[in-house]
Amino acid sequence: MKIRNRRQRMAVLMAVSLFLLVLVTAAGWAFGETASATDFSRKNLAPCLSYPFGTDFMGRDMLLRTVAGLSSSIRLGILTAAVSAVIAFILGLAAAVLGKAADGVISGMIDLVMGIPHILLLILISYACGKGFWGVVVGISLTHWTSLARLIRGEVLQLKESNYVKIAARLGHGKLKVAFFHMTPHLLPQLVTGLVLMFPHAILHEASITFLGFGLPPEEPAIGIILSESMKYLVMGKWWLALFPGLLLAGVVLLFHFLGEGLLLLLDPENAHR
Amino acid sequence: MEGHLLEVRGLSISFTQYEKGLHQTELPVIRDLNVTVDRGELVAVIGSSGSGKSLLAHAVMGLLPYNASSSGEMLYQGEPLTESRKRELRGRNIVLVPQSVSYLDPLMQVGEQVRKGKKGPAILEKCRRVLGSYGLGPETEPLYPFQLSGGMTRRVLISTAVMEEPELVIADEPTPGLHLEAARRVLGHFREMAEQGAGVLLITHDLELALQVADRVVVLYAGTAIEETDSRSFSREETLYHPYTRALYRAMPEHGFSSVPGNQPYVKELPSGCPYRPRCERAKGECAGAVPFERTDRGGVRCLRWREWAFGQEEPSLREEAAL
Amino acid sequence: MDNAKWIAGQLIRMMVLLVFVAAAVFLLLSISPVDPLTTNVGQTALGAMSPEQVEKLREYWGVGVPPLSRFAGWAKDVLRGDLGVSLLYRRPVAEVIGERFVNSVWLMAAAWLLSGAIGFLLGILAGRKRGGLADKLVTGYCLMTASTPAFWIAMVLLMVFAVWLKWLPIGLAVPIGTAAAEVSLGDRVIHMILPALALSLTGISNIALHTREKLAEVMESDYVLFARARGESEGSILLRHGLRNIALPALTLQFGSVSEIFGGSVLVEQVFSYPGLGQAAVTAGLGSDVPLLMGITVISAALVFGGNTAANILYGLIDPRMRKGRRKS
Repeated sequence: MKIRNRRQRMAVLMAVSLFLLVLVTAAGWAFGETASATDFSRKNLAPCLSYPFGTDFMGRDMLLRTVAGLSSSIRLGILTAAVSAVIAFILGLAAAVLGKAADGVISGMIDLVMGIPHILLLILISYACGKGFWGVVVGISLTHWTSLARLIRGEVLQLKESNYVKIAARLGHGKLKVAFFHMTPHLLPQLVTGLVLMFPHAILHEASITFLGFGLPPEEPAIGIILSESMKYLVMGKWWLALFPGLLLAGVVLLFHFLGEGLLLLLDPENAHR
Repeated sequence: MEGHLLEVRGLSISFTQYEKGLHQTELPVIRDLNVTVDRGELVAVIGSSGSGKSLLAHAVMGLLPYNASSSGEMLYQGEPLTESRKRELRGRNIVLVPQSVSYLDPLMQVGEQVRKGKKGPAILEKCRRVLGSYGLGPETEPLYPFQLSGGMTRRVLISTAVMEEPELVIADEPTPGLHLEAARRVLGHFREMAEQGAGVLLITHDLELALQVADRVVVLYAGTAIEETDSRSFSREETLYHPYTRALYRAMPEHGFSSVPGNQPYVKELPSGCPYRPRCERAKGECAGAVPFERTDRGGVRCLRWREWAFGQEEPSLREEAAL
Repeated sequence: MDNAKWIAGQLIRMMVLLVFVAAAVFLLLSISPVDPLTTNVGQTALGAMSPEQVEKLREYWGVGVPPLSRFAGWAKDVLRGDLGVSLLYRRPVAEVIGERFVNSVWLMAAAWLLSGAIGFLLGILAGRKRGGLADKLVTGYCLMTASTPAFWIAMVLLMVFAVWLKWLPIGLAVPIGTAAAEVSLGDRVIHMILPALALSLTGISNIALHTREKLAEVMESDYVLFARARGESEGSILLRHGLRNIALPALTLQFGSVSEIFGGSVLVEQVFSYPGLGQAAVTAGLGSDVPLLMGITVISAALVFGGNTAANILYGLIDPRMRKGRRKS
């Protein structure tokens, strides 16, 4: 295919991003076991041909560990962002459809969640859930829905003014029925785009909270844990323990970002001329 | 020897847009437009609302958006109007009177905007005088645009133009949203500018109002200029040469309000040849081919059969051409 | 008079939100299954103690008291200015927070000002011409930093400037083994450079991208088109119309960014072992120090709401549309 315009360039970029993300996820899944294999005969090796990312204090291959960590980050990110998007969808819809009281309560909830610094809220929820894996999942799911919920609410308020929705309401369809059957199809593009743009935040916050020690247990291959462990060795000059995993994490986040921006460009009618 | 104040020859403007998915299309908004404006003359360009005729104003001023492109020739006082010359002239010799309040900075007071940020007693005094001549007292100056009524906004916008003592005024849809009386008054202000020696190019969708002030009229149909004529031609149907112009004439309240079925085609679905062909009762086979813009005794027209109407007969020369 | 009433309304709204935050946080902390005794004393140590000793410890960590009465007690104390006693530091929470706050506030203020100023400038550079070279560079930079966790940037800075080049200290707020009284201002500043830099580098992208978007919108607006039609130069347009229309949104965003700066400081302080509020929050969370965690959350929420309220008030007082609109209604 010959690339003629900005949208086609974007489509190619999106396809490449998707392919790389699937590749990393699958590879991490497949090598999960090998990644945590220790071998004390190859401790603390600097990057070389057979171990491009070096090895750590237990002789684990950092490349494999990083890929495994990214893979679990991606899977966790997809899970939590999906839950968050569903929450955003339901609350955004409810705020716009169920009247003033519901709207007030929901915007109060949004203010509350946004009022506590994000990382601190993650620490609190993780603590409330007794730390560990579920603390991270619940924490990230419960804290990323706010801006998407606002977006959906605004969109629904606009849709409510459109004629076909008014007619459906006049015909005696209930509020929720109108919302689900007549509005949802129009909200899907927003929802999908919002969901994909949520991945980067979810993944970065998962890494952060794990780095602080609230997340996954230390034996899991997670980027936050790898980086947190590397802290002890930085002063000794073992830079490779931190540099490559961080770079790759940023890369994965960037790929998700490209996917989301691409969707935004293609699905948002406001971008007709771009 | 100087030519016309402004002469536009064969101007076409189009812009690109994405259709569904990944494909770009080119939308021709204005096609092959010829128009001239002389000193002391008010020329109206009539086109339907939302057809993108504002781009004509932007093209003359060198302000087309990045996704639009234009071709054709523009001359100012006989000299080519290049982009750098446009930059030099605009705001001083050529001024624009835009259409709505969105063309005023929402966070700047009216007085400062009319003065274009210049300071000094002379400019303050001039600003006060110009606003005053449009019935806007000094209490208008500290207002913000959102506090202006529709009529006040138009008068403020006109004041910005008069501040410059321009040679050419381009007015882009100055009347929508105004009640009839206010709209008449606003157009009257443009007439005054022409009386005082400026050339005025009035771009509007309102034929009836335009006829009250214009010397000449150019009628657009689906972005194509189909007739240019003296505004006095509109006093009788017989002096109009294009079927669409005649249809417009008949649609006027005092001529019976009758309308031709159908709509102007969207620029993406233009028929070949004459754009009015599908609705024209006089259309014939040749109308699907190229239709040139021909000079007439009253201006110009883009119709293969205009001579039949103008002279009440089919000219032999035309028949020969068709046979070829 | 109208203004005073309106501002009072904003402040009351902020106080109400704060009360709700405190209640929500208390709820979160009280449903936790984490047993503070096992975390802090250790399973084996507990096993070795007499029942009376265990009971005493349970009382100290507040185990077994119903949450509602605990909240009531806590709220009553807070109104008297008493935030309770930190279980880990064994000192009044207010004292711990006060000391930490002084360390953090300089760090955060420096990062807030630096990221705000640089971000605003970069945003102007980029937004002046969408799609231009400056725009590509700035959005590229913003994309990179937005995709990178703040703590990793801190680690890279630490590796380069502290470990490799040895220009700056590795961490902490003061040289190790120095008594508080002997620490000079210079020492404090030197220890603050890297954390503040890490915090600023990540904070820039938000304000820069936002300013870029706003300015690009302004530059493509009808009124800028008209200004061009009136022969104003690009420079004059940027100064007269651009800055006027982007300054207020940018200021609002920057006041609203307290939450992100605080979040970032938690991570950055952890990397540099910088003894600020953020590090204390992590320690409190890991060590189940509920009173301290509670205190820090409420203080930080107050900061965030304070920033947001300041932004709202600023907007309402400066923007003529808001100001005059309010007078009308």
